[in-house]
Amino acid sequence: MAIETQPERAEPTGRGPETAGGGERPWWQHMGAHTGLIGAVAGYFLGHWLGNFLGGDFARSSLSDENDVAIVLGYSFAVIGWLAGLGVFNDLFLLMRGKPLPEEPRFLGQEGPGLAKYFRFTLDHKVVGIQYLYGMIAYFLTGGLFAMAIRTELLSPNYHIIGPEQYLMVVGEHGTMMMMMMSSVVLGPFGQYFGPLLIGSKRVAFPRLEALGFWLTPPAYIILLSSILFGGFPTGWTGYEPLATQATTGMDAYFFAFGLMGISMILAGFNMIVTIINFRAPGMRWSRLPMFVWGQFTVSWLQVLAVPVLVGACYMGLTDRTFQTAFFTNQLGGSSFLYQNLFWFFGHPEVYILALPGFGIVTEIISTFCRKPLFGYKVQVAGLLGVATLSFFVWQHHLFDSGINPDMRPLFMLTTELISIPTGFIYLVAMGTFWKARIRFTIPMLFALAFYFNFLIGGISGVFLSDVPADTTEHGSFFVMAHFHYTIMGGLIFAFFGGLYYWLPKMFGIKLNETLGKIHFWTMFLFFNTTFLPLFALGMLGMPRRVFTYARNLETLNDWVSISAFCLGASMLIFLFNFVMSMAFWRQREVGNPWRSRSLEWQLSTPPPAENFRRVPVILAGPYDYGVKDALPVADLDPPPGVIGSAYAPATRGPVTREVED
Amino acid sequence: MSSAEIPLPAGRHAAEREQRRIWWLVAVWLLLSLAACLVIWFVWYPHLPPGDMTTSARHQQFDIAVLAVTAAPVILGVFCYFAYVLVVFRARPGDDSDGAPIYGNAKIQAAWIIGTSMIVLWLFVFGTVELIVPAGAGAGEGASPIWKQSGAQTVAWTPGTNDILQVQVIGQQWTWSYRYPQFGGMESTVLDLPVNTPITFHVTSLDVIHSFWPYLLGVKADANPQVDNVAYTTARQTGSFIVRCNELCGIWHGAMTSNGTVMTPVAFKVWATAVQAREKANGTLAALPPYALTYDPTVIPQLGKDLVNVVGVTGAPGYFYGPGNPVTP
Repeated sequence: MAIETQPERAEPTGRGPETAGGGERPWWQHMGAHTGLIGAVAGYFLGHWLGNFLGGDFARSSLSDENDVAIVLGYSFAVIGWLAGLGVFNDLFLLMRGKPLPEEPRFLGQEGPGLAKYFRFTLDHKVVGIQYLYGMIAYFLTGGLFAMAIRTELLSPNYHIIGPEQYLMVVGEHGTMMMMMMSSVVLGPFGQYFGPLLIGSKRVAFPRLEALGFWLTPPAYIILLSSILFGGFPTGWTGYEPLATQATTGMDAYFFAFGLMGISMILAGFNMIVTIINFRAPGMRWSRLPMFVWGQFTVSWLQVLAVPVLVGACYMGLTDRTFQTAFFTNQLGGSSFLYQNLFWFFGHPEVYILALPGFGIVTEIISTFCRKPLFGYKVQVAGLLGVATLSFFVWQHHLFDSGINPDMRPLFMLTTELISIPTGFIYLVAMGTFWKARIRFTIPMLFALAFYFNFLIGGISGVFLSDVPADTTEHGSFFVMAHFHYTIMGGLIFAFFGGLYYWLPKMFGIKLNETLGKIHFWTMFLFFNTTFLPLFALGMLGMPRRVFTYARNLETLNDWVSISAFCLGASMLIFLFNFVMSMAFWRQREVGNPWRSRSLEWQLSTPPPAENFRRVPVILAGPYDYGVKDALPVADLDPPPGVIGSAYAPATRGPVTREVED
Repeated sequence: MSSAEIPLPAGRHAAEREQRRIWWLVAVWLLLSLAACLVIWFVWYPHLPPGDMTTSARHQQFDIAVLAVTAAPVILGVFCYFAYVLVVFRARPGDDSDGAPIYGNAKIQAAWIIGTSMIVLWLFVFGTVELIVPAGAGAGEGASPIWKQSGAQTVAWTPGTNDILQVQVIGQQWTWSYRYPQFGGMESTVLDLPVNTPITFHVTSLDVIHSFWPYLLGVKADANPQVDNVAYTTARQTGSFIVRCNELCGIWHGAMTSNGTVMTPVAFKVWATAVQAREKANGTLAALPPYALTYDPTVIPQLGKDLVNVVGVTGAPGYFYGPGNPVTP
C-alpha cells in the first residue's frame, strides 16, 4: 500500500512573547477542579429542578419518587457546570467577544513545578497523560473492588452475602466501569503522553479536545457510581433493552456515563488521527512509525467510527426512558434487536479498541529487550490494520442464538475466524523477534511475555466461540466470561503494567522498586491464571453469567476461583504499595536511558522538557534497528536550521511529498 | 551448562548444530501434539459437555472436541517455541550485545499466512457443515428457519411415528412455562419430552429478553418479546435435565430455572393427555389465551377488548394493567 506522506512541517522555533500565565496567584484563585466541583453541584440541582418542572407530570418510577427527566437533566447540567467551572469555555467566550487570548493556548498551564496544573484544564499532552494515568488507576481499583464483591457472593450457592439485587448492581458497576476504563487505560496515559513524543512532535493537534477528553472521565466515573444511590442498574454492562427501559432510575446513570465516556473516546480518537497524520517530524515516514503509534492510529479510527453508534444507542435508550419514545419496545413498534445490533456494532470494535494498543506496547517492549529489530514490520502493520478493519464485520457473533439473521451465521462465523489470521501475524512477529535474540528478562519484558501467553489462550478460546454449534453451549456462560477476561485483563492490563514499568522512568524520572515489581508480576500472573482458567470449565459445566446462585456441584470450583481472585486482588495491593512508596517516599532516581532503547522518547532528557523538543527533530532511522552495525541514531535532535527550513518552505525548495513504500 | 551457553563459532558446524536442535524442537512438538490430541479424543471427548443426550448436544460435543484437537497443536507449538527461545536466547549475565538484525523472512511469513489461512478455512467449512446438517445444531434460528429438521407437521401428535412435537417455551420474569399446541395448547411448568422424536421449540418472551437453555439438551435460543425463535433437537436418551435462563433478565435471573424429563413416547403421551384433561376440567385451558406464536401481555382477547391504552407501558410488568382494571388473570 502506498501512502502519500503529508508535507513535512515543523513549528517555527521563534514565537511571539509569552506571558507567564499564573504563578503569582494562589491555586484556589485559578479555575480548576474545585471550581468545577462547585459548577457541577450547582448544575445538578439546576438540571434536577428543571427536569421536575418540565417532566414532573410523567414521573415514571412510583417506587423512588424520582423522575428520569430530572435525573438526566441533572447529569447534563452537572457536566456542563463542571466543564464551565474548570474553565473549558473561557477562551471560547473570549473569542466570541472578539478579545485576544491571555496566553498562547498550547502553553496553558504547563509551566510551574507544583501539583496544581494536574487539577486544571491544562492543555499540555504530558500533563493530560499523567492525569489519565491516575484517573484510570482509580477507575481500575474501583472496578476491582466490585470484582472482589462479585467473588465474595459466589463463594456459596445458597448463603448470600450481598443478595441478588445488590449482586446485580455490583456486576453492572464492575462491567461498565472496567469497560469504560479499559478503553482509555493505555490510550489515555501512554497514548497521550508518548504519542507526540514518539512521532517527534511538540504538541498534539487539538490540545483542547484532548484535555476535554480527559476531563469528561471524572464525571463519567462519578455519574456511574451515583447509580448506586438509585439502586443500581440490572442490565450488566451490555444494557440490553427492554430490561433497561423497565429498570428504575439507576439505569439513567449507565446510559449517561457510558455515553459520556463514548464522547471522550471520540474526541481522543479525532485528536490522535490528525496528530499522527499531520504532526510527524520530518523523516518520520509511515514505515518508521513506532508500533505503538500504529496501534494508536488504528484504534483511533475504531473510536471515531464505532463509538458514535454507542453514543446513539445510549441517547436512544435515554429518550426511551425520559420522553417515552419506543425505539426498543417491541409491543409499541420498536425492536429489542435494534439495541442488540447497535450495541454490538460498537461492542465488537470496542474489544479491539482494548486489544490493539496492548499489541503496540508489547511490540515496543519485546524489540527493546530482545535487542533485535521487529521480525516483519509490515506484517505487524498489516495485522493491526486487518484486525481493525475486520472488527467491523463480526458483531453478530454475539447474537448467534438470538434469532437475528440466522441465515447469516456462516458469514459471521467466517469473518470471526478470519480475524485470527491478522492476529496470527502479530504472534508471528513476536515469535520471529525472539529468534536469535539476547533476551533481557526485565519486568516490562515479563509482562509482555505474559501478554502473549494469556492472549493466546484468550484468542484460541475465541475460536471455540466463533463456531456456532460449539457456541451454542458456550454462549452467555462463564466460558465467555473467562474468554474476554483472558483477552482484556490478561492482554490489555498486562500490557498496561508492562508499559507502566517501562515508561514510568521516562514520565517521572523515578523507577519502581524492582523486587516488589517482580513479586507483583509473578503473583499477578499466577493468580490471574488460577482465577480465570477454571472459569472455562465452569462455563462448560453450565454456569450462566451474572447469576448470584449456581448448581451445588460447582461450589468447589467457585470457591477456588474466589480465593484465587482475592489473591489476585492482593497482588494489586502489592503494586499499589510499590507505586505509592516509590513515587512518594523512596523516589529512586532513574534518568537517562535505562533500557538502552533506540526509541525517540528515550533520547530526550527525563522528564521531557515542556516543549518536548527544543527544535523539531529530523528522523534518520527506524526505532528498531538494534544490532545493526553503523546504524544511524534514530533522530537528529538538533538539526541545522536549513533542514527544518526546507521542510516547511515547500514552495521554493522542491517537492516534499513522496511515495513511501509500505 | 548446556551446549547452548557456549558461543557458537561461525560456520557450518554451528549451523548444523542449530539445524539439529530445530529438528528436535519439531519432534518434541509433534509428539506432544499427538499425545494431546489422543488424550482429547479418546479420554476427554466422551466426557465433554454438553454430553450426548440429544442430537444437537452430540453435535456440539463433537464440535468442541474437533476444535480442541485443532487448537492443541497450535497452542503447544507456540508454547514449545517460546520455551525454546527463552532458554536458548536469553542474555547471559554481563552480556551487553545485541541480537541478530533479522528484519523478516519471506518464506516463513508466507508459510505462516498460508498455514493460518488453511486452518481458518477448515474451521469455516467444518463449522458451516456442522451448523446446516444438524438443522442449526440446537441454536435459535429465528422465526422462519431455513435449515429445518425432518419430520411430519401434524395437528395431533402420535408416539412412535415421525411426527414433530411442537413445544412453545415462554419466558417471563422469572419463570418458564411450556405450551403444547398438539395437546390443546395446554400449559405446563415442567418441560417433559418424548425420546427419539423430532422436537421443535418455539421460544418467546412476555417481557424482557431471556434465553432458553436446557443445558443437557444442547439447545440455546433467546426469548425476545414479540419474536418467535425456533430451535430443533431430538432426544436420544431418557433422563431429567434442568432449564436455565442464559440472558440477564433482572434480579432473579440466577434463580430462573425449571425442570424437565425426557421419557418414552408412550409415557409422554399419557402425561400430556392427562395434563390436558386436567386443565380442561379445572378451567385453565379456557382462561389461557389461544395458542399463538407470540403474546402481548397487554392484550387479553378473552375479554373482547384490548387493554393497550394503559399508561406506563414501559414500567414493570405489574403495571401493565391499570389499577382500576377489575380483571387480572
